[in-house]
Amino acid sequence: MTELATYNFAYLDEQTKRMIRRAILKAIAIPGYQVPFASREMPMPYGWGTGGVQVTAAVIGPDDTLKVIDQGADDTTNAVSIRAFFQKTANVAVTTRTAAATIIQTRHRIPEAALQTGQTLVYQVPIPEPLRFLEPRETETRKMHALEEYGLMHVKLYEDIARHGHIATTYAYPVKVEGRYVMDPSPTPKFDNPKMHNSPALQLFGAGREKRIYAIPPYTEVVSLDFEDHPFEIQTFSQPCALCGAKGSYLDEVILDDKGGSMFVCSDTDFCEDRQAKGHRGHLSANPAEAAE
Amino acid sequence: MSDLPLLKVSALSKFYGSRIGCQNVTFELWPGEVLAIVGESGSGKTTLLNCLATRLAPSAGCVEYRMRDGQFRDLYRLSEAERRFLMRTDWGFVHQNPADGLRMTVSAGANVGERLMAVGDRHYGKIRATATDWLGRVEIAEDRIDDQPRAFSGGMRQRLQIARNLVTNPRLVFMDEPTGGLDVSVQARLLDLLRGLVSDLGLAAIVVTHDLAVARLLSHRMMVMKDGHIVETGLTDRVLDDPQAPYTQLLVSSILQV
Amino acid sequence: MPTPLVVSDVAKSFTMHLRDGIRLPVVANVSFSIKAGECAVLGGPSGAGKSSILKMVYGNYAVDGGQIIIPYRDRLVDVATADPRTMLGIRRDMIGYVSQFLRTVPRVSALDVVAEPLVARGTDRNDARDKAASLLGGLNLPERLWSLPPATFSGGEQQRVNIARGFITDHPILLLDEPTASLDARNREVVVSMIRQKKAAGVAMLGIFHDEDVREAVADRIIDVTAFSVSGEAAA
Repeated sequence: MTELATYNFAYLDEQTKRMIRRAILKAIAIPGYQVPFASREMPMPYGWGTGGVQVTAAVIGPDDTLKVIDQGADDTTNAVSIRAFFQKTANVAVTTRTAAATIIQTRHRIPEAALQTGQTLVYQVPIPEPLRFLEPRETETRKMHALEEYGLMHVKLYEDIARHGHIATTYAYPVKVEGRYVMDPSPTPKFDNPKMHNSPALQLFGAGREKRIYAIPPYTEVVSLDFEDHPFEIQTFSQPCALCGAKGSYLDEVILDDKGGSMFVCSDTDFCEDRQAKGHRGHLSANPAEAAE
Repeated sequence: MSDLPLLKVSALSKFYGSRIGCQNVTFELWPGEVLAIVGESGSGKTTLLNCLATRLAPSAGCVEYRMRDGQFRDLYRLSEAERRFLMRTDWGFVHQNPADGLRMTVSAGANVGERLMAVGDRHYGKIRATATDWLGRVEIAEDRIDDQPRAFSGGMRQRLQIARNLVTNPRLVFMDEPTGGLDVSVQARLLDLLRGLVSDLGLAAIVVTHDLAVARLLSHRMMVMKDGHIVETGLTDRVLDDPQAPYTQLLVSSILQV
Repeated sequence: MPTPLVVSDVAKSFTMHLRDGIRLPVVANVSFSIKAGECAVLGGPSGAGKSSILKMVYGNYAVDGGQIIIPYRDRLVDVATADPRTMLGIRRDMIGYVSQFLRTVPRVSALDVVAEPLVARGTDRNDARDKAASLLGGLNLPERLWSLPPATFSGGEQQRVNIARGFITDHPILLLDEPTASLDARNREVVVSMIRQKKAAGVAMLGIFHDEDVREAVADRIIDVTAFSVSGEAAA
């Protein structure tokens, strides 16, 4: 990467990084609280992870190893572009292996492999305000957070049960952090919510368009909201991964042909490949090329 | 009736610059008492109501409320958290336009249940049962519980707003023209319902209305306002049948006979 | 037991602010008292101020001067100056009132209209309805009307609902403003006997009866209101 000299390390200038780090420190000090920050224009459109990229840029150092995933995959457009961005602007090592990464920027998933002390998970957040669904006024939602008035969150869950017979919210499922702030975990599937609880990794959330940063420090209590008679449950899948045979991982449906054929495979590509490398096999893994024809 | 008032208002004034919103209002309200504030548009009755309900900070004067623990507290010295808690538990506020008091995009059941969830109820079945019971009490059919108020008529919306306010058994309810904008027949039904609920639950209420018939039907006592001042107070039927102040006489004599 | 109702030197006038503040005096120096078990009847031509006196005693009309004393909760209350809350208590516990016309409430059945004063005093709703039913039955109001709101009733039917409502409680004082005006002879008889029962129960009654037969039958005493009349010129 020879163009490095054209940019400050990790694209952002040092003043901006310091500003973002101050916001991050405050966010860590008040788990789940949305800290406003002066979000910058980034060389990518809103909705492509401008918040996550700014957070990563502010915390990344030359010795870090970066992994970027989008819906669990390392090889989708968003993940590839952001990984290339930091290779170009920070010249850092990149990896697709969860265990090898020190910083993992993610859109919509938490890796299946348990995160470790010293790792940082950076979430890209489109709408940080969990109360926005029912309360459009920012002044009012801030007041509700300040006064811990979270009845409205349950109104949303009530509506789910009334309409569907169960809590039908499957992603961006609201959580309460350290018994205080109700937080939107970004559009991860609720399947991943339990992974946030008492995680050894630092979890940082960046919303570029909405100009908010929030955080869950390591080993913090994260509880998914629910009703006594409708407790929180994660999704379950009726079959194992078609490629690696994993049970209990989060699966994506992949369409195989135009006759309605499909298979379910792990959304976390690194997890799936790692299992296959270790000899695990699913029912379509013997000859996947043939199945796709 | 208890021996202590629920609300003590002394020398309450609100100025908008040099213009008078309401001036030097003093009265007490006891549990179970319904007070009507009447007057024409611009007389200051809504300003006064908002000052009492902590929706508008008064320029001078004092409003004290007897909390459930029996202690009188100056409403304008409560913390915001205490004030908001009071408003969604011990108080109700019925707006003239139900859309101002309802969440139009969530179901009737959730509208009624919201206050329960706000005070910590976390059992869906119980919340729903309470909501069902309250819909029945305001004469909304049980099978409408999952419909949004957008699909309701004006009268139904107003009844839903009332249920939403009363579900936490408040002791004081503020009403701003509760029957305004409704058809006469719908008005009659709502008035009768309100009258029944207020007396069954022993609610204290402050009702702002320009409609003297509403005041007669609902209230025990009346205050007549003009240009921000109270010009006459007394038993509702006394004020209406033997008005003393010139303005009250004008108001009473202006009622059209059917 | 103190005298249930003492009226002394009461004066009443109307000031018509919309007619250049013209003052219309009605009565002055009204003084009388009524003992328990006594039925006093206000006499005099129309316009003499009979109804006004009744309404002042009930707190429905303001009083210009003088006192209207009613013993209430171990003290003597002056209705002329009592605050609204005290007045509401006196109406609930002390004074029954049969007005000339029934002020109907939409959607409330005749039975509940009659039962309401009892319910307000804490009687169980079903017991109150039973008592209301027996009163309406005694007044020959057809049973099919009991569950209907009285707004559409005839004058005589409304009058009987009104009477039942006034008589259902055991208030120590009962004010009767032409209770028999639109009743037939049979129902007038019923009302006369109801008044006699109240007398026997020690209720102090103050009434206006234009019907001479009824007046003869129930009045222990006639209070001549013309004695309290003030001529317009004299007061102006």
